[in-house]
Amino acid sequence: MKRSTLIGTVMMLSLGLLANQALAEQVHSLRGDNPLDAQSKEPKSMKWQDDRDPISRDYVQQPPLTPHKTKGYKINKNFNKCLTCHSWANYKEAGATKISQTHFSDRENNVLANIAPRRYFCDQCHVPQVNAPPLVENTFNPLQTIKRH
Amino acid sequence: MSVYKKTKDTLQVVWTFLKKPTAKYSLGTLLVVGFISGIIFWGGFNTAMEMTNTQEFCISCHEMRVNVYEEYKDSIHYTNRTGVRATCPDCHVPKEWAYKVVRKIKATNELFHKVLGTIDTPEKFEKKRLKMARSVWKEMKATDSRECRNCHDYESMDYTEQGRRSMQQHSKGLDEGKTCIDCHKGIAHSLPAMYEVDPSAAVNTK
Repeated sequence: MKRSTLIGTVMMLSLGLLANQALAEQVHSLRGDNPLDAQSKEPKSMKWQDDRDPISRDYVQQPPLTPHKTKGYKINKNFNKCLTCHSWANYKEAGATKISQTHFSDRENNVLANIAPRRYFCDQCHVPQVNAPPLVENTFNPLQTIKRH
Repeated sequence: MSVYKKTKDTLQVVWTFLKKPTAKYSLGTLLVVGFISGIIFWGGFNTAMEMTNTQEFCISCHEMRVNVYEEYKDSIHYTNRTGVRATCPDCHVPKEWAYKVVRKIKATNELFHKVLGTIDTPEKFEKKRLKMARSVWKEMKATDSRECRNCHDYESMDYTEQGRRSMQQHSKGLDEGKTCIDCHKGIAHSLPAMYEVDPSAAVNTK
């Protein structure tokens, strides 16, 4: 019994090692087939996209994309640059989209007087865009009920 | 009493000397010497004042170097597309001579607090940040953002070349008679805790 367990373990281990090696040879990461110890190709520098009208959503519950540059915008405990235009108090004067009502609830669904701390860091979900081609080819298309195309 | 008398006597001697008409030097010599020393003193004064008007001078104090200078290095006034840079005095010291001298005299208060060590640690600086920021905002508001306008002038601004948001806000701002600092706060340095200024744009940290 003891012996067979030992043999089994050794076999499993060596199989695992082999499988690992085989996998390692096949890995093609997004940074290309570059060996670890070599310099990878410098990525083309991208341009942040200029201001434009709101970008419509591609699927239900998609966090709307940021249709403008956010370079230099700071979000910390002292201050949130986004809210100087997008808060309920400021959106009208700024002509901006106001933050969703859902952002005032904490995870127990208590409605707070100000944006909930878990929704405070806007750029965790709402991101500005660059003129980058998709990293992976895909054929995704939004449904006609979400977006006309 | 004797000290007072001594000072009085000394002043009396100096005054008598200054009042006495000269019989020794020609008017020409006096004029030439006066003219040249005038240039030297005036030039020296202005050179010394210009020396205090450089970024190197500003960040020779650690209070400026480790706090606001580091923050400024992240901003568009430090690096940008075209390589034009605005340094500390461009925004914080008036260009016009009279205003500049007034600002330099006001700066003695900053020297006083340097000696007291009012903001000599980042913690102390952070505690005073709102107060200091408010005084700069107030000053810029009072001068209609004079230092901004050395470079950015509404008159020479072409809104049609601007982005969607800037165009809208700038033309609106001009109509309402707003000044740069009304909106452009914290463009070169980190903002203080803004809860008191705009509770909708910050968390209550108290």
